[in-house]
Order: sequence, then C-alpha cells, then structure tokens
Amino acid sequence: MPQNEYIEQHIKQHGRRLDHDEKKRKKAAREGHRIAKDAQNLKGWKGKMFAKKRYSEKVEMKKKIKAHEESKIKGPSKPKEDDGEALPTYLLDRQTTNTAKAISSSIKQKRLEKASKFQVPLPKVRGITEEEMFKVIKTGKSKSKSWKRMITKHTFVGEGFTRNPVKMERIIRPSALRQKKANVTHPELGVTVFLPILAVKKNPQSPMYTKLGVLTKGTIIEVNVSDLGLVTAGGKVVWGKYAQITNEPDRDGCVNAVLLV
Amino acid sequence: MATLLPPPSKKQKRAAQLPVEVDIIPKDLPNVLIKFQASDTGDSIGGSIRVPGNISERQLEELLNNLHKTSDDPVPYSFSLLGDKDDLVDIRDNLYTSVLKPGIKSTEDFLTLVYTPRAVFKVRPITRSSATISGHGSTILCSQFAPHTSSKMVTGAGDSTARIWDCNTQTIQHTLKGHTNWVLCVAWSPLGDVIATGSMDNTVRLWDPISGKPIGDALKGHGKWVSSLSWEPIHLVKVGSRPRLCSGSKDGTVKVWDTVARNAMYTMSGHSSSVACVKWSGSGVIYSGSHDKTIKGWREGRCVATFRAHAHWINHLALSTDFTMRVGEFQPGPSMTVNGNPSGAVTESSKAKVQEAFDKVSKIGGRYSERMVTASDDFTMYLWEPEVSDKPICRMTGHQKLVNHVSFSPDGRYIVSASFDNSVKLWDGRDGKFIATLRGHVSPVYQTAWSSDCRLLVSCSKDTTLKVWDIRTKKLMVDLPGHADEVYTVDWSVDGKKVISGGKDKKVRIWTH
Repeated sequence: MPQNEYIEQHIKQHGRRLDHDEKKRKKAAREGHRIAKDAQNLKGWKGKMFAKKRYSEKVEMKKKIKAHEESKIKGPSKPKEDDGEALPTYLLDRQTTNTAKAISSSIKQKRLEKASKFQVPLPKVRGITEEEMFKVIKTGKSKSKSWKRMITKHTFVGEGFTRNPVKMERIIRPSALRQKKANVTHPELGVTVFLPILAVKKNPQSPMYTKLGVLTKGTIIEVNVSDLGLVTAGGKVVWGKYAQITNEPDRDGCVNAVLLV
Repeated sequence: MATLLPPPSKKQKRAAQLPVEVDIIPKDLPNVLIKFQASDTGDSIGGSIRVPGNISERQLEELLNNLHKTSDDPVPYSFSLLGDKDDLVDIRDNLYTSVLKPGIKSTEDFLTLVYTPRAVFKVRPITRSSATISGHGSTILCSQFAPHTSSKMVTGAGDSTARIWDCNTQTIQHTLKGHTNWVLCVAWSPLGDVIATGSMDNTVRLWDPISGKPIGDALKGHGKWVSSLSWEPIHLVKVGSRPRLCSGSKDGTVKVWDTVARNAMYTMSGHSSSVACVKWSGSGVIYSGSHDKTIKGWREGRCVATFRAHAHWINHLALSTDFTMRVGEFQPGPSMTVNGNPSGAVTESSKAKVQEAFDKVSKIGGRYSERMVTASDDFTMYLWEPEVSDKPICRMTGHQKLVNHVSFSPDGRYIVSASFDNSVKLWDGRDGKFIATLRGHVSPVYQTAWSSDCRLLVSCSKDTTLKVWDIRTKKLMVDLPGHADEVYTVDWSVDGKKVISGGKDKKVRIWTH
C-alpha cells in the first residue's frame, strides 16, 4: 500500500514521462491480442476463471445490443410489466408519503405469512442486579434508616402519575430519568418515528420492574402509532403496538425501540 | 380497537340535565295564506290558498296533488319556503315547526312555498357485499356502470386491461386487451353501445361492450397520458349519427374525437398545464379544468370562456346535468326499469327524451341554469353559472385539505365534495350554501357516488371502507368494510340496485341491498 499520495504528488511536480500517452495507446491496442492469446493458452484454474469472466461479459454485451435494437422500434410492443404501483389519475401528480401505508401493508403481508408471533428481536438480555438497579437512600434524622430505594434506570410512569407521600414512598423514580416518548424503528422499512409510550408491557428482568415501568434493554413497551394512520381490515384505526427497546436508555439518555410486527 | 368516544364534557352534561322542549303543535293556530310555486318553471298554481298553520308536509302534498288533478296517482313533493332574499328554507314534517316556530315568518305573512317533485322511486341502501371478484392483476383505477342496465359494468386497471363484468352472474365477461400501460379512465357512451378507455400509454381506445372486441385501433394524438374522458350529450347529436368523444390529457390539450371517422376533429390547446378533468355540458360547451388554475369553456374547437378564481390546481369539476347526460335516454323512471337495449345511433325519440330530461334538471324558476362546481387544491370550491357569467356565484370554503372530487346530485339540488381532510361535505346545489359535514372516514376520501333518487350517497376512502350516507338526516347510514386496501373508485348503478368498488387490493366488489 502506498503511503500518502506521493505518486500523484510526483506527477504534479514533474509531469509524466514523455511517451506516457503513446505507451498507453499501444497497450490498449494490444489488449485484444492479449485476450485472444490468453483464451487459447491459459490452463487450469486460471483458464476456468478467464472463461467465466469472458462468458459473463459476452452475455452482458448481447443483452445491451438487444435492448438497443428494441428501443429503435416505436412504442413498447407488449404491455408494461405490472409493478403494483398503478395510481388513479387524481393521485398521479402528487407526492404521496406512503410510509405509513407501506408499514400497514407490510404488516398485513407479515400476518399472511404467519410469522412466529412471540419471537422478539432481542431474545436474551444481560441480568441486572438489585445493587445496580437500586440506590439505597438513607433516611431518618441521623440517616440511620435505609429502607428507601431510588431506581437508577430510566422509567415510564404513565399519564397523571403523582408521587406517594414521602414516608410511604419506598421506591423513588427520579423525574429526570422519566421517559415519555421513544424512537421507534420499523425493522423492514427502516423508518424511525418518535412515538409516545403508552405502557410498559414486560421487563424481562423481573415482574416488579414491569410494574414499576423500568426501561432497560429488551423491555417490551406499547407505543402509540395513531399518527402513522394504520387501519385494520375492518376499517378501525390501530393505535397501540408493541415495540422492544434496543438500547440501554441510561447510557444514551433516550429510548430506542424496534416495532414488533 | 375502536376509537373510544370521549366522555361528555361538563357543558354537555349540564345541557343534558336541562328540561327538554317537547315539540307540541298548538291546536289553535290561525290560518295562513300560502301560494304554491314550481321550482323548475316558476309557475304558481291555485292562487293563494288559506290553510291551517299546523299543516303537515303530507297534507300539503295531498293538496298540491289535488290541484294538479293527480290525486289518484300522487306524486311526492318536497316543499321549501321562499324567503325575502330568494333564499329557501326547507319544510320538514310540518309548517309550524319549520317556519312559524323558529320565527322565520309569522301567521300574518303571505307564504310562498316552492315545490319540487321528489323521485317517485326509492333506492334501497346497500348493506352487504354480494360478491368479491378477482380477475384484474393489478390495482383497479376506474369503474363505471352501463347506462342502460345494472348488470354490466366496466373497470380499468393497472394491468393494462379493462374488463367488462356481468353483475348478475358476478363473473368476468370480456377482457379488453390492447393498451400497453395503465387504463386510467373509462367512459360508457350514453347510447350504451361503445366503451371508451383512456390510458397511460397516451391513447384512447373504443370497444364494443357486447362482443368485447376493439373498434378499430387506438386513437393516437395525445403527447402524454389521458386523464379524463367525456361523451357528447345525445340531444346535441344529429339524428342518425353517433356522439363524439372528448378527452383531456396530461399534455395540456383537450381533443374531440369523431368516433366514426376515428380522427381528432379539434385539438384545443389553451391550457398551460395538464388537464385534470373534462366535461361536455348539455348546452354544448366542453369545460376543462386544469392544473394551470383555470377552467376553460370550448365550443367547436374555440375557447369561449376562461374562468379564473382558484389559487391552485383544479382537481375535478362537475355540472348539474352530469348524471342526466351520462345516462342518456335511459333515464330512471318510476318503475326503475332501466333495462333498455343499447342503440346504434341517435334517434328522434331518444333526442327528445334527453332534451326533456335536460330541461327538467337544468331549469330553475323557469330559467335555464346549468351550474358548474369546481374543486381545487386550494381547499375551496367555486360554484359557477358558466353560461351567464365568468364570475363565480359562490366560493365554498370549509375543507381543511384539498378537495378531490365534487358531484351534483342527479336532480341538481345538492353538491357533495370529498376531501383529503377525511370529510365529505354537503352543499346546496343552487346557491352553494353549506349544509352539513359528513364525518366518519379516518383517511382521505377519494370519490363519491349518488344514488339516482338523490336520497343516498356512497363514498370511498383510503381507509379501505365505503360509507353510505343518508342525505335527509345527514348521518352515516351503513359502514361497509371489506376491501383489504385503499378503495380508489366507486360507482352506483343507474337503477340503484348495485354499487361497485375497486382499489388497491385488485378485487372488484359488488354491493347490494
């Protein structure tokens, strides 16, 4: 591997050899002769590889010639292949944003294919110890009591949540670590939308974390997909769908999830 | 998961607790003086008549039938009160609750009642899907019923074919192959003997619906795809000849085709952008709405009028006589037997029949008034009287997104508009006043179709459903889910027995009562 652009630099400073162009032309002119010689003389593995390459080149060329000949005939001879993108006249000149539609139809497609229902993108997660999850809060006048815990992970608390009175509240969910929305990606389309979280469905670590709404990697959350405009076959609006968290929110400060379709 | 209704607000709860006013019609109302006036000719009948102030609509109807000496074969009428400023107030149920109680007029005043004959037949609302027929290999883009019968219809699709279906046996009858690209629009001639299809491959083709064979080769001439087709109304055609066809294209031109000599008679190229919709009016003028924000009127190849008011593309336009011109001589009669045979050429009797129907629907107060409504991307619609003035009668605002489709009811009394803001709005067809919003769709509404008795309306939408609306109550009547994807096109048969719809799921559905 050349280090730095010294060849280019040299050419810039001193120019090329005087016979550079001539040599180049001659080499190109002899190319056909070289190929003919190789085709006759190459043996074994090299010969096989050469023949394979030559064959694919010839096929390509023939196709090109054929296409060129067809283009000279006026108009297409047979009907255009259907690509499933036909639109009525009133939608022809419009820039339709059909992402949501594409999501909807791909979901339907998926259902038709009867994909395994309970498979999730992240089947296994790292275990989280209680020590990592909870921080012990010392209480009492002389800070001698230690029955209070504070969750060190991001949480979802739900709409209209009010904290318990101080002396009742055993587990604190810090307000700075609460999340309301998640970046949800559709796995097949690769579109990412910022959607409100509706609920925490299951935290694989423990059912207690599910109840507390802890958001860790692998947690299944329900997100509000109503602004995507998905519709069921019966014409009803779909608005809640499940998604699995793919990042560790306490490291990134945001929740990234992938939609389960 | 159905959308949950929010709990009633405090205001609503309080309103529910208030004592409800009961509609009691007082017995001792004094008599009032009324006069009957026909809505189409403006003639009055019977002079001034003294009637009780609590007279019901049924009694008014009986009285008017007596005056017309048609009491043995009564015609149903609807009545409305003519106001001081020529505005009309509909009379529902009885005179007291709709006029006297709201204080529009007192019993001292002289009341002029405008009467309109209602359709004597009644179309039953469609409630179920009687058949799902697959056959097309691609998205269905357009559809239309035959004018002469409800058993034949044609659809155009993205697989470069149009198909004629037999709705009685619910099978495919003919596949019309010939186009080399999507079939964008279909139009059945008002005589019923020719189908025209316009396509993405820039051509128009004519077909014989009985044999399913093409009539000659493609009509070539347009430089880009054909976006809209319209046949010449029958009463304008010479006896013994055939109606001409008019086509609008993306290349900005409108062409009139002689379907016998198979050549383009006129090419009208005044628009600077693509033509979205063409309509051939009963007075002989072709109206074309374009993406260059103007509507132009053409007569025999010359531009006779230009209508400027819209601020964005014109998407669609409709004339108050559209339905009458489309069905030709097969006007739905009292017995609803539109089962005539397609005729080969225009005859004297068919011309007279269409002329009569045209007169009936286009006359208001004794004056010809063919109205036009245009829908645009600027979220508004304009109502025009194109023969009278190039200034609009009314600007119809209210939609919050572009308006995709407008249509007049077959009797010209209502306008309905379908918009991408998920709503369908109902407007008065005479003065363009707003009447009601029909909400229910959860996605853009693409098209609407009227039943021929003007009592029902069906709309198709991106949300995969069709919805049937009752015009009298202005409410949703039936919700028709069934399609698996967007529904692009819907049409109601002329005799009202069937509705067809098609869309992205490649299936044609037939809906019946």
